[in-house]
Amino acid sequence: MTIPVDTGPGIAAFAGTADTEQGDSLWRGAFRRLRRNPAAIIGAVIVLAFVTVALLAPLLAPYRAASTQWADQVTPTTVPGPSPGHLLGLDRYGSDLYTQLLYGARQSLIVGVVATLIGLVAGLALGILAGGLGRAADTVVMRFVDIMLSIPGLLLAVSVVAILGQNQVSVMIAIGTAQVPIFARLLRGSMLSQSKSDYVLAATSLGLRRRTIVLGHVLPNSLGPTIVQATLNLATAIIEVAALSFLGLGDPDPAVAEWGRMLVAAQDRFSQSPQLAFYPGFAIALSALGFTLLGEGLREALDPRQRR
Amino acid sequence: MKDFARLSTPGSADDDMTELLQGPGGADRGLEMPDEDVLLSVRDLRVVFGARGRKPVTAVDEVSFDVRRGEHVGLVGESGSGKSVTSLAVMGLLPKRGVRVDGRVLFAGDDLLQASDNRLRDVRGKDIAMVFQDPMTSLNPVVPVGRQITEVIHRHHDVSRSEAVDRAVQLLRRVSIPDAPRRIKEYPHQLSGGMRQRVLIAMALANEPRLLIADEPTTALDVTIQAQILEILKEVVAESGTALIMITHDLGVVAGLCDSVHVMYSGRIVESARRRDLFGRPRHPYTGGLLNSIPRMDTPRGQALEPIPGSPTDLLPWDEGCAFAPRCTNRVDECTESPPALVVNGSRELRCYNPLDASDREAVAR
Amino acid sequence: MLRFALRRLALMVPVLVGLSVLLFAWVRALPGSPARALLGERATPAGIAQINQLYGFDKSIPQQYATYIGRLIHLDFGSSIRDGRPVFGSFVEQFPGTVELAVAALLFAICLGVPLGYLAARRQGGPVDSLVVSGSLLGVVTPVFFLGILLKLVFAEWLHWLPTSQRQDPRINATHITNFYVLDGILTREWNSSWDAIVHLILPGIALGTIPLAIIVRITRASVSEVLGEDYVRTADSKGLKPSTIRRRHIMRNALLPVVTTIGLQTGLLLSGAVLTETVFAFNGIGAYLYTAISQRDYPVLQGYILFIALIYSTINLLVDLSYGVIDPRVRVT
Repeated sequence: MTIPVDTGPGIAAFAGTADTEQGDSLWRGAFRRLRRNPAAIIGAVIVLAFVTVALLAPLLAPYRAASTQWADQVTPTTVPGPSPGHLLGLDRYGSDLYTQLLYGARQSLIVGVVATLIGLVAGLALGILAGGLGRAADTVVMRFVDIMLSIPGLLLAVSVVAILGQNQVSVMIAIGTAQVPIFARLLRGSMLSQSKSDYVLAATSLGLRRRTIVLGHVLPNSLGPTIVQATLNLATAIIEVAALSFLGLGDPDPAVAEWGRMLVAAQDRFSQSPQLAFYPGFAIALSALGFTLLGEGLREALDPRQRR
Repeated sequence: MKDFARLSTPGSADDDMTELLQGPGGADRGLEMPDEDVLLSVRDLRVVFGARGRKPVTAVDEVSFDVRRGEHVGLVGESGSGKSVTSLAVMGLLPKRGVRVDGRVLFAGDDLLQASDNRLRDVRGKDIAMVFQDPMTSLNPVVPVGRQITEVIHRHHDVSRSEAVDRAVQLLRRVSIPDAPRRIKEYPHQLSGGMRQRVLIAMALANEPRLLIADEPTTALDVTIQAQILEILKEVVAESGTALIMITHDLGVVAGLCDSVHVMYSGRIVESARRRDLFGRPRHPYTGGLLNSIPRMDTPRGQALEPIPGSPTDLLPWDEGCAFAPRCTNRVDECTESPPALVVNGSRELRCYNPLDASDREAVAR
Repeated sequence: MLRFALRRLALMVPVLVGLSVLLFAWVRALPGSPARALLGERATPAGIAQINQLYGFDKSIPQQYATYIGRLIHLDFGSSIRDGRPVFGSFVEQFPGTVELAVAALLFAICLGVPLGYLAARRQGGPVDSLVVSGSLLGVVTPVFFLGILLKLVFAEWLHWLPTSQRQDPRINATHITNFYVLDGILTREWNSSWDAIVHLILPGIALGTIPLAIIVRITRASVSEVLGEDYVRTADSKGLKPSTIRRRHIMRNALLPVVTTIGLQTGLLLSGAVLTETVFAFNGIGAYLYTAISQRDYPVLQGYILFIALIYSTINLLVDLSYGVIDPRVRVT
């Protein structure tokens, strides 16, 4: 006997269970993907550790920054290694190496974050100008960006420090300047591609003012890639801070510990006491790694096309 | 005219016949007579995809069919029916990782599934060739079109550069590409979709293969171009006596082209027949549904279209019963209890407990 | 194709003009008066007056700019405060060293990077892939100067396998014609001189080339991975082509396009990295000279060298863009 077919709920009994992500915002889905990404998690852990150390340095460090009270223990041929009271030993000026490392993290974080923020804000402004104000503005702004891009980042930072003098603020501005063209390009590209999308067309036809569309709709949509880029740029910034110090352009204040400067100082004692260079060097690489892993994890998580 | 979807009653003449031939365990091929004419023989092909951590998916199962010299065989089914996977399995083009292929694919005395990589590469492009679905992405964008044809010639024959180029020009002319000598040097992006598909056909026929597999060659093209391409395909294949496996979801394509047709559903063949028989007396409800859902010019105005109820995702796994059962208008109890076996009846095969009645509509082949 | 080239060249013009303006403004933005900045600590009132007259700093700004451009055209970029050498002259003299270093680094990065990236893409998900990915990540984040120091320590000072510094062993009295030491040795048939120069390039080359290596590996891997999934590779397979043919003509010809683009960008990294690397290895090139100039606030050198570097960087990117028109036929249509 045949059973008449009904296309009602009966069919559902045979349907395979469909795996749907019901009503997910981009962020929730992204967060979930991020959690499943082991590399991103490692990056996040490193970043967290780095930030914690940086913020809590005064509490974690056994001694005051750059105090050279043990200078007498340093001889022309030897630098004391680990000993009770000095977890990692001393550096060649007689400061506690461990303390220097911790405070160095603080310096890197502060300078790196501020520099990236400067680059972000300035780049954002330029990008919006280029992408949102029409062809003429776009051409002018982008030529300016091209000029900035024709000078390799580090050298650009060097030029800025030369003008502004050698202090912490100028280093921040310098590194930030080097990042401006990157953010500008990103924003401009995002704006241009979105200006062609349907929702902008619809908003315009509804009579919304350009400013509203840009600030209220286009910008929030560019948030994702911007965050990704900022995270990745932080990694670069940390390395560039150290590079500037290495070139002798960093903060000249000897009381401020900085990883790049530690590397410079470690050079002539290198054969006998390589650890003087290892620690700051690895610290730089590790923190940059953390931000890079996190940034790439974010990029994959926010990418709607799930790529392997 | 639309009556063929009527419920059939057990005990009809056809069923007696099928019972006679039905052997234990289903698909009984009877005596495997060494048929000199058989070019390709697929036996019990089974393809299982299993990604790590995910449930394995059987894309193709219990698929068996023959292709004779010069024969045109149609493989029909909707997306997900396993027809493309079947053709890729025959050619050995499925990925190595995460895929398991069982069964036998006999060609010229070799089982292609067991053949070495070298042997496969000797066969491909020379004895068996394939035309793929999407002409926009199936050609290398940075190599001139002519080169892509001559490289397959050079691979399988020892000829000079100029000979290969001449042959390429000849091939392009054969697929009706105008101004062939100039086109030879052009890049794929300089050609339209229809022209690219013709190039792919020319490329496949370059070494005069004995078997051509065309996987939905017109699906990605504009409707107006589709007919052109099919015509060309028909011509060149007839001209050279090449056997053809035509893979499509469109019964209309099959009607004008193929000698025999296999209808696939959810990875298994549910009905096979010679063209006339299939269109004249479809037996599987799915086939009937496909035929029924084709909009016809002579349908009285106002009469609703008849799609197959449900959707392709309303599936029953084959090991639980008939996969088509959830959508079948002819469903009986057995359909949801155990999978129907493939029953062979001369040139017809059927996998159904309750096929369409003998007295049904006469579908006029398009 | 020609139109494409011309358009691209035309884009460079405003950039160059803008650059000259920027650097012109830069000198004027330096602390103190421009004359004082250019003379440094040895500024005397007479010297200042002389500079002012020479460079026209007492005239109006547009006039100054005109003078500036006029001098640029005559390749007069001023002289170093420190050693008095003309900026342009010293650049031309030091540049070959940096070129050799950059070429060594790039060769290292490409010859190792492309095969590794390809290998990783082919065996995606496997142990080789994981190793390559991790390695390249480490390569990207390790600062050039740190790596240089490490390499120097391990291979030069501890193992004594390679020299610690310089471009050449001064004991070999090599004759130099072009200042490309490797080339010079070949030209003068002093083979040991060439060989010695090459040996001196190894460590700095590796240090400088590691970041580009890592980047090339990642891009190649991503690109090959994408191409492997393309339909036309399947078509090539279906034609029975030999694996080597497919790899060469179908996979790599497509996968290497993004790699070529990135090489242009790498040059920027190489140029700025050279400053750091040459310092670590006391390698005689524009980088080392620039480092000294930076620490001594030798502004004429800074201004001139940065201009040259920007010019070179822009030119290389231009060449890369143009080459795209050659290697990717789809681009030629525009």
